[in-house]
Amino acid sequence: MSLVPGIAGVQPVCTTERPATQAGLIVLTILLLAVLLLLPLVVVFVEAFAHGLGAVVNALIEPDAVAAIELTLIVAAVSVPLNTVGGLAAAWCIGRFRFPGRGLLVTLIELPLSVSPVVSGLVWVLLFGANGWLGPMLDRAGVRIIFALPGLILATVFVTFPFVARTLIPLMQEQGSTEEEAAITLGATGWQVFRRVTLPNIRWGLLYGVLLCNARAMGEFGAVAVVSGHVRGLTMTMPLQVEALFNDYDWVGAFTIAGLLSLLALVTLAMKAALEWRVGRRGGALL
Amino acid sequence: MKVELFELRKAFGKTAALDGVSLSVAGGEFLALLGPSGSGKTSLLRVLAGLDFVDSGRIEIDGRSMEGVAARERGVGFVFQHYALFRHMTVARNVAFGLEVRPRRQRPSPREIRARVRSLLDLMGIGDLAGRHPDQISGGQRQRVALARALAIQPGLLLLDEPFGALDAKVRKNLRIWLRDLHDRMGLTTIFVTHDQAEAMEMADRVAVLRAGRIEQVDSPDRLYARPANAFVHEFLGEVIRLECSVAQGRAHFDAVPLADIATTCPTGPAIALIRPYEIGLLPGPGPGHVLSVHADGPLRRVRLALAGQTVEVLLPEDTWSPTVGQFCALDLSRASIYSLASP
Repeated sequence: MSLVPGIAGVQPVCTTERPATQAGLIVLTILLLAVLLLLPLVVVFVEAFAHGLGAVVNALIEPDAVAAIELTLIVAAVSVPLNTVGGLAAAWCIGRFRFPGRGLLVTLIELPLSVSPVVSGLVWVLLFGANGWLGPMLDRAGVRIIFALPGLILATVFVTFPFVARTLIPLMQEQGSTEEEAAITLGATGWQVFRRVTLPNIRWGLLYGVLLCNARAMGEFGAVAVVSGHVRGLTMTMPLQVEALFNDYDWVGAFTIAGLLSLLALVTLAMKAALEWRVGRRGGALL
Repeated sequence: MKVELFELRKAFGKTAALDGVSLSVAGGEFLALLGPSGSGKTSLLRVLAGLDFVDSGRIEIDGRSMEGVAARERGVGFVFQHYALFRHMTVARNVAFGLEVRPRRQRPSPREIRARVRSLLDLMGIGDLAGRHPDQISGGQRQRVALARALAIQPGLLLLDEPFGALDAKVRKNLRIWLRDLHDRMGLTTIFVTHDQAEAMEMADRVAVLRAGRIEQVDSPDRLYARPANAFVHEFLGEVIRLECSVAQGRAHFDAVPLADIATTCPTGPAIALIRPYEIGLLPGPGPGHVLSVHADGPLRRVRLALAGQTVEVLLPEDTWSPTVGQFCALDLSRASIYSLASP
């Protein structure tokens, strides 16, 4: 009857395929997953360790690599909190209030997801670059934005802005505002309402959004590539460093950094799974 | 706590939620706001709590104007329609909330808060639920938690929005009696919103009937029932039969049915006659009523008649004459109330 006797009860009654068809489909899915997802991941680590552990360690303590890792962490450390606060504020406005232009705001929040990352980087160059609108003025003031840390942060913030807001908007809309109103009638101040009622209700959704935001902030390539200027040891984030090393035929170096980024992705996935498991166990819905 | 409302107005876009509402509620009174959905009763409650604001008009609670007084400073207990319990807190923490958010100087000690919560939960008869979460208790229990939470801040004024709306009939009946008793014991002033006229009539000292943002009548349940101010109130307060008629020279004449005229003080013009099923008398002999069915309904008999194209239900006392199915009979409508349809 069923492939897994233990869960026979949950088999939908509407499936009429013969067991052979079912098995065939399952095998096909697993094969596709293995080739498209698992194999590349394995390749990354196999290539990184092709010349042994020593080579990996050497690639990691190489000054340019260390600088790239540091820079990536700094960019994420600034842009993720910024987008957490910004995303919360945006979700709060959109989830709680009706105002003219609300639909437009929702669309704007999603803009970075639909715009090519290259364009997301380019707009900052056009704004703050040497020949950009504000470039000459900034130049005279001695402020450097493009080809420097501020540019990298701006591009990253732009690209990763939607993640927190988009996770929270449907959640806050579904929960409604009556709990907050109840808190107000009980004498709570605005801050108390936020800390004691709003935040606890959205904490898992918020954490989920922050995780996604962080993963993208560390992994962003396109937008960052445009504003970076590719100064080794200065404006190279990890993804840019991977490309540079790869172009230098430094395979171990490239795959070592790539492996580090992949590890980050795996950790993010594991945390996300743990979160979903936890929320699911409490009987609540994350999204 | 005395509550006075003067000419409250509030509009959402072009629709008026409150269209000149004036009302005075005495301290210790239990007042029901009764009306169909969209009549503005919930708007009125929210405005009182400070969750919404009026466009014009004045609200006084205990003689103090509420203008510029924020919701959290009003000290008004509010029980929401779907309770709005804090879902991530236990029952005890829910009830303690109003005390825990007080500024440090006014906040009771943790031990005092615990004691107050315990005594409130005991008062509500849910002392054993303190450690549960809202999603682990029944609707009736949630209702009690919501009430305990609102009462924890010792409000002088308690506002309830459709407090029994989400409960099944039996729980509802018990809670009504219990809530009214609680109100009397705690010396509260209570205003509650409902669309269920039986609920309003059973619990309240006075009932305010609302329609389209206006108060149609405020009276005790007895007087409201005996002397409805207009056809809307009459029809809203229970089962009623409606017959069209026209008034001329102080007499209402039924155009479509051969029934006796009724004396009235209404002005000349089109009118309607409203009569409750138990106010109609049935007489033997030829007449316009064609009996469709006769059923025993407790000590009464419920007779369904076809009368000029509409079906009319009549409740007859046990000891009166009763027709049999298929018979024709005459109707005595002398107890009907006539309301003029002519615009005043």
